[in-house]
Amino acid sequence: MATQQILEVEPQAGAGASSLASRWQLDRRYLPVLGTLVVLVLMLVIGGSRYENFLSGRVMANLLINNSFLIVLAVGMTFVILTGGIDLSVGAVVALSTCLSAWMFTRGWSAAIAIPASILVGTLIGYLVGLMVHVFEIQPFIATLAAMFLARGLCYLVAPESIPITDPTIVALSQTRWGTADGLVITPSGVVALVVVAVAFVLLHYTRFGRTVYAIGGNEQSARLMGLPVARTKVLVYVISGTCAGLGGFLFAVFSRSGYSLTGIGMELDAIAAVVIGGTLLTGGSGFVLGSVLGVAVLGLIQTIITFEGTLSSWWTKIVIGALLLVFVVLQRLLVVRRR
Amino acid sequence: MTDAAGSTGAPGAPVVEMTGISIAFPGVKALDGVDFRLFPGEVHALMGENGAGKSTLIKALTGVYATDSGRIVVGGQERSFAGPAEAQAAGISTVYQEVNLCDNLSVAENVMLGHEVRRAGGIDWRATRAAAREHLRALDVDIHPSSSLSSHSLAVQQLVAISRAMVVDARVLILDEPTSSLDADEVAKLFDVVRTLRARGVAILFVSHFLDQVYAISDRMTVLRNGQLVGEYRTAELDRVELVQKMIGRSLEVLERLEESPKPQIAERRDTTPYLQAIGLGRKGSIEPFDLDVYPGEVVGLAGLLGSGRTELARLLYGADRADTGSLHVDGDVTRLRSPRSALAHGIVYSSESRKTEGIIGDLTVRENIVLGIQAERGWLRRVPQRKADEVVDQYIRALGIRPANPDAVAGNLSGGNQQKVLLARWLATAPKLLLLDEPTRGIDVGAKAEIQRLVAELAEQGMAVVFISAELEEVLRLSHRLAVLRDRRKVAELANTDDVTTDAVVDLIASGGQQ
Repeated sequence: MATQQILEVEPQAGAGASSLASRWQLDRRYLPVLGTLVVLVLMLVIGGSRYENFLSGRVMANLLINNSFLIVLAVGMTFVILTGGIDLSVGAVVALSTCLSAWMFTRGWSAAIAIPASILVGTLIGYLVGLMVHVFEIQPFIATLAAMFLARGLCYLVAPESIPITDPTIVALSQTRWGTADGLVITPSGVVALVVVAVAFVLLHYTRFGRTVYAIGGNEQSARLMGLPVARTKVLVYVISGTCAGLGGFLFAVFSRSGYSLTGIGMELDAIAAVVIGGTLLTGGSGFVLGSVLGVAVLGLIQTIITFEGTLSSWWTKIVIGALLLVFVVLQRLLVVRRR
Repeated sequence: MTDAAGSTGAPGAPVVEMTGISIAFPGVKALDGVDFRLFPGEVHALMGENGAGKSTLIKALTGVYATDSGRIVVGGQERSFAGPAEAQAAGISTVYQEVNLCDNLSVAENVMLGHEVRRAGGIDWRATRAAAREHLRALDVDIHPSSSLSSHSLAVQQLVAISRAMVVDARVLILDEPTSSLDADEVAKLFDVVRTLRARGVAILFVSHFLDQVYAISDRMTVLRNGQLVGEYRTAELDRVELVQKMIGRSLEVLERLEESPKPQIAERRDTTPYLQAIGLGRKGSIEPFDLDVYPGEVVGLAGLLGSGRTELARLLYGADRADTGSLHVDGDVTRLRSPRSALAHGIVYSSESRKTEGIIGDLTVRENIVLGIQAERGWLRRVPQRKADEVVDQYIRALGIRPANPDAVAGNLSGGNQQKVLLARWLATAPKLLLLDEPTRGIDVGAKAEIQRLVAELAEQGMAVVFISAELEEVLRLSHRLAVLRDRRKVAELANTDDVTTDAVVDLIASGGQQ
């Protein structure tokens, strides 16, 4: 809808001052995302002017490939944050999913069973969180914190030590590269991430479920009084986030070819950071899944630039992310204040 | 009870028939065996004081509350809705006083939420927007469907909410205090829409505190008092005095005395220094610099339209917003109010216009709500002794006539008027020097209104300085010693409220912006 609405309003803009004003209002919803886009372009320009080969196809392709699991997590997180919730469990669920698939492979299970099972673990945990949030009206923060500890604890149970994955399907998946010889390639993981983004976009903007997600984030009480299926939707967003975490775990298993219980510590915070930098309001109701993708790209580019710099400690990544996050949150706050 | 069948515009069988409805909340019997009928093609006013059970009856009908006993028949079938969604599916839509839409979405999205036009592959936005435009046009609402809801006034948002109700093809439209925040033109516009819908055979349930409006639009009315049915009447056959008597169940003496009472005498000022003196106080984007003096024992009324800066002015005096120009003298000393807390320390209290969001804490009891004020004054380290708290609470429940007179009742379950009294009690308990009252009587019934007005007059007599804000000019004129007139976030005039100052004169002042 993002682009479509702008296009649709354009022809009527000449109708007078009121429609001009409404166009300005509409644009405003995209302001945070545009801000992210500007930052991204700036980083590309700076990187491109400082380092040779920075703007090459290989670097850009790696950006997508190395962050494919984070994109999937951020997409799931976007759903939750749009309703005004939060999901702290995704990092631990990623670990649980990788550990479980690794464990299943050591038992000689086929990929046809292990892959769906490791994803469905995330779905199940998301469903439980959703029930806690909806039925018992537990704060999402606490419900997902509990799920985080639960999932992390289960990891140690499944895989006390790192388990290498030697399953031929996974190995094949991790080595497959499609694309041209000069570095512009894509991996199956990258394709999965892009598909997830596309599905999420359609879900959010072209289904009643998606509109209900926005309505709940805008005003949950109103959404309920409007007769929208608030309960079902709230459970579903956690199911989606959990499933994305399970899928992210599978992608991470492909990426690292091992299952380890300490995987993905703090990854939920990376996902939240990407969503917020991508222009989604933590209070819910405003934001776009494409913004979250841009958010992941910004995080990835920071990492890339620091790698290119060579002499900098990788901890600078965290410092820059922290600073960026602060700037974005303050900018959003200003936007909200101006709207009042 | 009159027989309404065959009355104007209400032939045939009722579309809604409720019989013997009872609902009890902890400590409150909200409805007690109430009967109610609604016919197609009529505007039916539900009348009663605050706490009479109007909102509860509506919520029982729309499935928000479950009934303890009684039958609800809709369209000939006995129904029991599990929630607003089911009621909507059965053709009963509600537009609430606080517009319940999502202001993060566009007008079209709000109108069509949950009813978007779909085709293979998801929502067809072009068709959805076209449908929204149709529904808005059917009610003569001329706004751009793609514009953001928050860019429109409350009045327009209300019309959007009604358009939304029509999307589901509502047979019954409930309007719960739809006019309390609208100006006269907007009300006229709303009533046009209501008449259009009535002509189409929609049954409209209308709740309002404005008797003029009820008489202008309704065909029949049902009167409730203390959760019980008083009767069902044809509007044309019941005059206003009778109606009010039926609503409050006692003689009109109190009211009439207030109506006829002369304007307050501008008493000789006992003090030469004003308790509060604002010199060139202002805040960018909020209100332009103004001067204002408030003397002890004096009521200063702020007159002006909605959005003229009345609340903004009060918030500056209370330190809720910080002034960026000018100075403030409290009791003769230059003071900077950095927060409501420092205002409180100077004996200045503010009772907010939005009592639900900025006043009453609904989950706490009446006692806890009242004690909050004293506690804030003492600081959180020094607990208010139980005995003292009980004493203060009992005293104010009695003095202000808070009903139910039960300190342990949950404040959120009280009616609007009684919540306002609890709020007043909270601040009066801190023995303030200056009371800022922002719309203390909005949305509350005549009886409670009269009591609050009497209270304000008494407090001023006892030497308290009062700033009184109300959208009702008559009320401001009745109570104030002096008037400050606001327009477009600017103070345009100040005048002593002498006997020759009339409502019309003040309206002229507002209209001309003081340029006479």
